[in-house]
Amino acid sequence: MQTPTLLTVLVILVLAGYWIGRQRSIQLAQPAGGIRFLRSLPNYYGLMAVVWAGVPAVLVLLLWGAFDSVLVRGMVMAGLPEQFQQLTAERQGLIFNQIGNIARGADPSADPALLAAAEHYKNLLQISVVARSIVLLSIVFAGIGIAYFYIKPEVRAREHFEAVLRTSLLTCSLIAIFTTLGIVMSVLWESIKFFRIIPPTEFLFGLQWSPQIALRADQQGASGAFGAIPLFAGTLLIAAIALIVAVPIGLMSAIYLAEYAKPKVRNTVKPLLEVLAGIPTVVYGFFAALTAAPFIRDVAHWIGNTFGWEVFANASAQSALAAGAVMGIMIIPFISSLADDVITAVPRSLRDGSLAIGATRSETIRKVIFPAALPGIVGSIILAASRAIGETMIVVMAAGLSAKLTANPLDSVTTVTVQIATLLVGDQEFDSPKTMAAFALGLTLFVVTLGLNFIALKVVNKYREQYD
Amino acid sequence: MDTTFKHTSVETSTGPVASEPTTLGTDLEQEVGETVGDAFVDDPRMKARNVDVFYADKQAIHNVSLDIGRNEVLSMIGPSGCGKSTFLRSINRMNDTIDICKVTGSITLDGEDIYDRSMDVVSLRARVGMVFQKPNPFPKSIYDNIAYGPRIHGLVERRAELDEVVETSLRKAGLWEEVKDRLDQPATGLSGGQQQRLCIARTIAISPEVILMDEPCSALDPIATARIEELIAELSENYTIAIVTHSMQQAARVSDRTAYFHLGKLIEVGATDKIFTSPDHKLTEDYITGRFG
Repeated sequence: MQTPTLLTVLVILVLAGYWIGRQRSIQLAQPAGGIRFLRSLPNYYGLMAVVWAGVPAVLVLLLWGAFDSVLVRGMVMAGLPEQFQQLTAERQGLIFNQIGNIARGADPSADPALLAAAEHYKNLLQISVVARSIVLLSIVFAGIGIAYFYIKPEVRAREHFEAVLRTSLLTCSLIAIFTTLGIVMSVLWESIKFFRIIPPTEFLFGLQWSPQIALRADQQGASGAFGAIPLFAGTLLIAAIALIVAVPIGLMSAIYLAEYAKPKVRNTVKPLLEVLAGIPTVVYGFFAALTAAPFIRDVAHWIGNTFGWEVFANASAQSALAAGAVMGIMIIPFISSLADDVITAVPRSLRDGSLAIGATRSETIRKVIFPAALPGIVGSIILAASRAIGETMIVVMAAGLSAKLTANPLDSVTTVTVQIATLLVGDQEFDSPKTMAAFALGLTLFVVTLGLNFIALKVVNKYREQYD
Repeated sequence: MDTTFKHTSVETSTGPVASEPTTLGTDLEQEVGETVGDAFVDDPRMKARNVDVFYADKQAIHNVSLDIGRNEVLSMIGPSGCGKSTFLRSINRMNDTIDICKVTGSITLDGEDIYDRSMDVVSLRARVGMVFQKPNPFPKSIYDNIAYGPRIHGLVERRAELDEVVETSLRKAGLWEEVKDRLDQPATGLSGGQQQRLCIARTIAISPEVILMDEPCSALDPIATARIEELIAELSENYTIAIVTHSMQQAARVSDRTAYFHLGKLIEVGATDKIFTSPDHKLTEDYITGRFG
């Protein structure tokens, strides 16, 4: 049986197992006087049968999928004549691919040894599929059978099922954790390789970023400098501009929504604001590149020419200001929506207390509600900040790629994420420092955002307990 | 001075009263028609006349007329949902914060109509302070909680004056000795009873003329309650106090006059001794003898 058929049959069998378990428990309960004499409801006996039949089957299926191809490959390669056994691992891999192609009929011309191997390969695959079906079906039948004979009125099927449920929930959360760990480990591994070539001090404190490595000795303009400070500076500059735009607008709109707006207005405006978060960043990107950046450049040039200020007159077409401002618009809903929630969550009694002393609405907001909501507001700002630091698309399109160390928002800058994207795009050697630099940058970025999230959590937790 | 107040028109056939399920039957509708007892006093601080309060279409208060005398403690009692808290919140216009709430009739403070256009609600609430059911200290230090009112109303100019106001208010609220060494610590760290006394001190700090208390002891243990009751007795020398309470014993202990509310109507008002010993109205008698409520 092929995988879809097999899965369908297994599901049907397991469902049948549910029904059998349920019926069995009801049948056993009859002599005692009905299902109230069971330790658990009939459903739980059915679920117990499902667990006993289904869980081992799923585990075996997964293991089979993981080791099947490895085993088959080993057996095919072991069956090859002597001359193939002495080849290097890479060559053997190619040979195995060729055998696979022959087996699929994609490569008709080959020597007899390989043809024989392909035949062997096909047989093995068939055997594997048949064996898998037999093994799985027996497991399911065995599971249902064991459950059938195990079910007695005094069996605690509910506790049993709850325990399985708890384990599977735990497994789900572990999957997320282990995936994160896996990502961190792979990034860390490549970063360590990078730091063997480029010392960490140079990477962290170098002022020159020019990741082009000379392919030939006489190549010009390819110094290969990996000082990441210009990137960090660019990231900070753009994130700071974004926050300068987003924090006041976001907070003010949150205060308006939470304290002043009538319910009708609030129910219209809040979803509309949240639409901003739903716009794809690439759309923001071309808005920034085609509308905001030229506009800012023209205004800067006009100011520069009118007043004779060189900084303005030299404004570049791609600017940190354009990218930062548009990014600021993008993260407004993060701040406004979260801050609105925390402001609304401030107990009504605090508002009443302040109003009853004769404070005006704005005094109440500034002196009582805002301080009480501050941890949540700080949390929302830090969340928005880590979003701004991680943003790539807008910066690629509107702020340019040149790694300049500058504090001038009218100049073009680049950020960590943009450099990661450019380093990994196109044909690259995967073991050159240029490529591995992307991992080092990724690691740095990860550490920074992790730190920010950690601080946000600390701040929120530190003050949260005081207000309840 | 007439001592009994008669309603000229009372809606009995429409509104929530008629639809409210009650075991007392149709007798009730005739009985609640008028307020019995002494609704008016010689020297009123506040006067309410023909006050109706609506939440959207639902009428919560029906034609209530009542005086609060100078430096007296008036307690308002009655079963849950009888409108006593709503009436209390009308006296300092805290109902303004509820959009759907509408108040008609007149309420005056020292002869000024508090619902008049020229009345500034901020200064009204500075004159008529309020203490709530649940202690609601601000998330600030003890000192800043007390200083909050004087600061926003500009009552003091120098730090030394503010220190004095804080100390005086805390002393009056009987909290000074307990907190004088930790004025800079968060008020939320105090116990429930201390928090409630802090809220009273916070109200006293702006020197109101009237203090409204909405079940100030319902979240407190008996010892803290006794402490607050003593405090109310002390405060009544200088302030006019209106207190809503669920505890009839408390009303009997702290108040000079008692008003009994039932289903949004003021049934009977009178000297506390009289209300609790020989009430004139059957509903009042039923309530204080524990027949219902």
